[in-house]
Amino acid sequence: MRFLRYIMLLLLLLPCSGAAFASPRNAGEAQTVDVKKIIFDHVKDSYEWHITTVGNKHITLPLPIILYSSRTGWELFSSSVFHETDVYNGFYISQGGSYEGKIVELDSEGNEQRPVLDISLTKTVISIFIISFVLILVVVGTARWYKKRKPTDEAPRGFVGIMEMVIIMVVESVIKPNVGSTYKRYVPFLLTVFFMILLTNLMGLLPIFPGGANVTGNISVALALALCTFLTVNIFGNKEYYKEIFWPNVPTWLKAPLPLMPIIELVGVLVKPFALTIRLFANILAGHTALLAFVSIIFVTMAVNRYIGSAMTVVSVFFTIFMNVLELLVAFIQAFVFTMLSSVFIGLSQPEHHKNGH
Amino acid sequence: MSLLLPDAGLLFWMLLAFGVVFVVLYKYGFPIITSMIDARKQYIDEALQGAKEANAKLAHIEEECNALIDDARKKQMEILREATVAREQMMKEAREKADAETEKIIAAAKKEIEQQRIDALNAVREEAAKVAVAVAGKILRSELSSSQKQKEYIERLVDEVNDELGTTDNK
Repeated sequence: MRFLRYIMLLLLLLPCSGAAFASPRNAGEAQTVDVKKIIFDHVKDSYEWHITTVGNKHITLPLPIILYSSRTGWELFSSSVFHETDVYNGFYISQGGSYEGKIVELDSEGNEQRPVLDISLTKTVISIFIISFVLILVVVGTARWYKKRKPTDEAPRGFVGIMEMVIIMVVESVIKPNVGSTYKRYVPFLLTVFFMILLTNLMGLLPIFPGGANVTGNISVALALALCTFLTVNIFGNKEYYKEIFWPNVPTWLKAPLPLMPIIELVGVLVKPFALTIRLFANILAGHTALLAFVSIIFVTMAVNRYIGSAMTVVSVFFTIFMNVLELLVAFIQAFVFTMLSSVFIGLSQPEHHKNGH
Repeated sequence: MSLLLPDAGLLFWMLLAFGVVFVVLYKYGFPIITSMIDARKQYIDEALQGAKEANAKLAHIEEECNALIDDARKKQMEILREATVAREQMMKEAREKADAETEKIIAAAKKEIEQQRIDALNAVREEAAKVAVAVAGKILRSELSSSQKQKEYIERLVDEVNDELGTTDNK
C-alpha cells in the first residue's frame, strides 16, 4: 500500500516536471511529431546505434559496415561516414522504396539494388553480441559455482538459486513432458534457446544503451532461432517420424500415385518454423510498438496544447508502466512458449512405435 | 514491408552468435548445471528414503521397547506374586515349626515337672515314713510301758503270726 502511495505521488508530480521540461522546447518551433517514424526508427534495424540526443547533438555509436558488392568487392567502413557525406564509394542509405533504411548502390541501369552480401554489424547484431556475451557469462558463471561443489553440498542461494529454479522449471515442466523419453539430449539446446530469448526480451525492455534494441522483435532473429529448432527437429528425427511424413499410415490412394498426404505433411514440417518465428517476432514487435506509442502520447499532445499534454503525461506514464510490466510478463511467456513449442516439435519428431496404428 | 522481410546479414550473424553461444554453453554451461541438479535431486531422494526407513525402524524399535517394558512389568508382577506366596509359605512353615518346637518344649517341661513332682512325693513319703516310724516307735514305747500290756501285745502278735502261718499251711 505504501509503495502504491509513492507511485501515485510520483504520477501527480509528473505533469509539473513534464510541463517544465516541455515548455522551452516547444516554445521555439511548433513541430509536429511523426510517431510512425519514431516507432519505425526504433523497431527497425539500423547501421548505427542512436543512444540519445542532448540538445541538438546526437550521441550515436558508429558501427562497422561490411559489404560485398559485385562492383567494388569487399568493403569495410564505419557508418559515421554517412554523417559527413550522403554517398560513400557509391553506397548510400536508401530513403524510400522497398530498400528503405538499407544500404544500396546503383546498378548499371541506375536502379537501386542491394549489395550481394551485407553482413554489417548493425545495431541488432551488436545487441546480439552483447546479449550472447552476457548469456555466456551468466550461464558459465553459474556452472562454475556447481563445478566447485559436490552434489551433497547445500543448494545454491541468490542468483545461482534463481538460475537453478528457472532451469528446473524449464526442464521439468516444459522439456521433459513434451519431448519424451529422449529429452536429456535436447536439454542444452532448449535451455540455450530459452535463456537467449528471455535475456534478449528483457534487454529489449531496458530503455538505455546496452538494451533497448528490438532484437527478438526482428523477423530475422526470430527466424534464425526457429531455423535452429527446425534443424534440430529434422536432423534428430527418427525413422518413424520420416515414415509418417513420406509414407503415412493412410489409405494407399492418398499417397500414391499422387502423394497427397506426404505433401500435406511436408507443408506441416515447413510451416512449424514459421509458426515459431511469427509468434515470437510479432509479440515482441507489438510490445515495443505499444510502449513507444504510449510514450509518444506525451509529445503528440504536448505539441497540441501544453495543458492537455501535462494531463496526458499522467495517463501516458501510467500506461507505459503498465505496458512495461506486461512486457516483462510477455518476455518470459514468449521465451517459455518458444521453448515449449520447440519441445513439442522435437517430441513429435521422436514418435514411439504406435501400438495399434493411428 | 521491410519489417516482414528477413535480412540475410542479420540472419547470418544471429545464426553464428547462437551457434557460438550454444557450443560454449553445451561445453561449459548447461550439462554441468543439469547433471549437478540431477545428482543433488538423487541425493535428496536417497536421503529422504533413508530418513523414512530410519523413522520406520525407530517406530519399530519403540514398539519393541514398549513390548519389552510390558513384558518386564508382567514378569515383575509375577515375581512379586511368587515372592509373596513364597514368603507366606515360609512364614507358615516357620510358624508350624515354631509351634511344634514349642509343644515339644512344653511336653518336655511337663514331663520334667511330673518327674520332679513324683520325686518330691517320694521324698515326702520317705520323710513321712520316717516320721511315722519314729512316731510309731514313740507310741509303741508309751504303749508298752507296762508289762501287762507288753504281754498282751506279744500274745496278739503271736496270734497274728499263727493266723498267718495257719492260713499259709491251709493253703
